[in-house]
Formats: sequence, structure tokens, C-alpha cells
Amino acid sequence: MIVAERKPMAEIIEMVQDCKKVLVLACRGCVTVCSAGGEREAEILSSLIRLGMKKGGKSIEVVTASLVRQCDREYIDEMDQFEDDGYDAVVSTACGVGVNFISNLRKDTMVYPALNTSFMGGSAEQGEWTEQCAGCGDCVLHLTGGLCPVARCAKSLMNGPCGGSVDGTCEIHSDVECVWQSIYDRLGSFGKSAQMEVIAPIRDWSAAGHGGPRKVVRDDLTV
Amino acid sequence: MSFDPAITLFSCHYTSQQSCAEEGKELERLGFPAGINLVRVACTGKLQVTTLLKAFEDGADGVYVVGCPEDGCHNVKGSIRAAKRVAAVREALVELGVEGERVEMYHLPRGLHPEFVEKGKEMDSRIRELGPSPFQG
Ligand code: SF4
Ligand code: SF4
Repeated sequence: MIVAERKPMAEIIEMVQDCKKVLVLACRGCVTVCSAGGEREAEILSSLIRLGMKKGGKSIEVVTASLVRQCDREYIDEMDQFEDDGYDAVVSTACGVGVNFISNLRKDTMVYPALNTSFMGGSAEQGEWTEQCAGCGDCVLHLTGGLCPVARCAKSLMNGPCGGSVDGTCEIHSDVECVWQSIYDRLGSFGKSAQMEVIAPIRDWSAAGHGGPRKVVRDDLTV
Repeated sequence: MSFDPAITLFSCHYTSQQSCAEEGKELERLGFPAGINLVRVACTGKLQVTTLLKAFEDGADGVYVVGCPEDGCHNVKGSIRAAKRVAAVREALVELGVEGERVEMYHLPRGLHPEFVEKGKEMDSRIRELGPSPFQG
């Protein structure tokens, strides 16, 4: 899922300073799962916006609603229902994709991001999320025992570990796993540690976004 | 500054039994502050962050929660959950530039006990010192 966190309230209050009425729009996708921008968090944010504005001596009407997702046109189109409500702005609690999609598709709607979109990750412990994939566009997990060196190695090394690997931890911080040590251990447990000796060629990062914004088109799905 | 604070207290059935004693008159007799509006809930673990924020929106100068001891909650983890939510509200208040002490969590014994009144007085004098809520507009 996409993992995100709420922006500091001071930043959000600043965004809506001149608004009389805003729509806090939750997303029932990834950000609901990571408890950053689902319906519950949108209700909390709405309350904090009202309180923050009140503290500044201003009043604001805040209405809360949600969409199934904010990264699909069909759901963004559902925003037609709010068209006549006279909102000065939408405060989206979706990830950056959602905010972009509203901007792309609703030319008359001002939209502000309530979240900082952090990474693609997963949750192994309740209340804790970790980055697992960087969307590099040219996956190497079949060579690395299913553990990602792009997202999980601080240097995104293709031939790790580097000399800073100590007892399974990364030199950037003792809390950070050295994923190349883990790759070595895991390949070893499958009797495939020889894979570590294969020199990875210099990588073409254009598929990772270094060649500009990326796009996937599936002819079989377009009519 | 002298003012009569409006304080909202959310307390579970188990820790607020004193409020039922003497047909509800005992708290008054023991000097429980009159400005505290007691809301009894089945378990403090049921309280949401929005419930606590709503109390501030509705004009409370201070909000506190009384739940069972951390290691002896009737519903096992209810009061621990409540404490986490109180902490989240406290953080949010600080983000808004408001004193975090306006919200508090107390873990108290169940049944009839003097701490229930004591903590009420403590909260009342704390809020008197802090003054009216900055959310009054
Ligand atoms: S808008 Fe973002 S958070 Fe919502 S479902 Fe789509 S990708 Fe996930
Ligand atoms: S190699 Fe690339 S696509 Fe595969 S998990 Fe890592 S970042 Fe994601």
C-alpha cells in the first residue's frame, strides 16, 4: 500500500486560512489501511481544522466525505455531487496521487494535500509501516531472494553489501537492517548464495522515473 | 485569572461508581468540582479521538479521562487504548499551539475511592490556572 502521514496542523491551517467552507475528502484505499487518511482520520482532521481556525479567531464550515479511491476517474467523477455545495477548497486525505487526480480532472476545484505521501510499504506490526518497494520499473527480486535492494538498501546498491555492513545492520543507523546481509542469508537458506557472485550490470534507471513521468498503457483493456 | 472552567470527564462505569453513591449526591458532598461534566461510558477504550476533540469543540476548557489501572482494566486493554488516544489529542493540541495539559488520562482503582475526587480537583485547579480554552473563538 501507499503509506502516508498527516501534515503538521500548522501547514494545513495555513492552507485553509482564507476559506469559509472546505470539504475534507477521505480516500477509502491505501490511506485508510495505513490509518492516515480514511474516514476516521478525515473526521479527526475536520475537527482539528475547526479548532485551529477558531483559535485564530476565524470560523470555518468543514464537511467530511469520502470516495472509494481518489486515483480513478470513475470515483473522482463522483465529486459532481459536491459541485453545488460552495466549497472554497477540498482538503484531500488521499496520497499525492489522489490530489493530483482531483487537480487533473476538476478544473474548478482547488485541492490541498492533508498528507505527506511517504512510501510504498507494508505493516508487519500493528501501527508500524516499513518501505519495501520503490517502484523502480525493472524488478530484480528474483535475483535477490525476494528482498528489495532498491528500496531497502540505503545506497540502492545492486552488488551489495558495502563495507559499512556490520552484524546485519546498515552503517547509516544501527536500527536499519542491512538488506544485503539479509539477501545473502536468505539466498543461502535456499542453497543459492552463489547468486551473490554474479556481477549486476550497470543499471538503466530510465524505467525508474529518471526518464520522466511513467505511464502504463494496456491495449487489451482499452476499447 | 479567575473563571469557572467547564471540564468534560469521560469515565468508565467501573472507576466512576462514586457518582452513583447516595443517589448521586456523594460526589457533591466530597467537594467534586461542580464544573466537571461527567460522561460515563461502558469502557474508556470505546472513546475515539474525535469524541475528545468534540468536547473541546463543544466548549470544554479541559477534558480528561478516568479509566481502570493499566494492568487491571475490566476490559483488559480498554484504558490503555484510551491513554493512547488521549496522548494523540494532546499532541494535536500542541500542534495547534494549545497547552497539552488541557487533556489528561488517569488510571484509577475501580469502585469507591478518594482519588476520583482528588483527580477532579487537580484537573479543576490546573484548568483554572491555564485559563479559558483558546478555542472559544
Ligand atoms: S488515491 Fe492514493 S491512497 Fe487512495 S487508493 Fe489511490 S493510491 Fe491509494
Ligand atoms: S526491485 Fe524495483 S520493483 Fe522490485 S521491489 Fe525493488 S523497487 Fe520494487
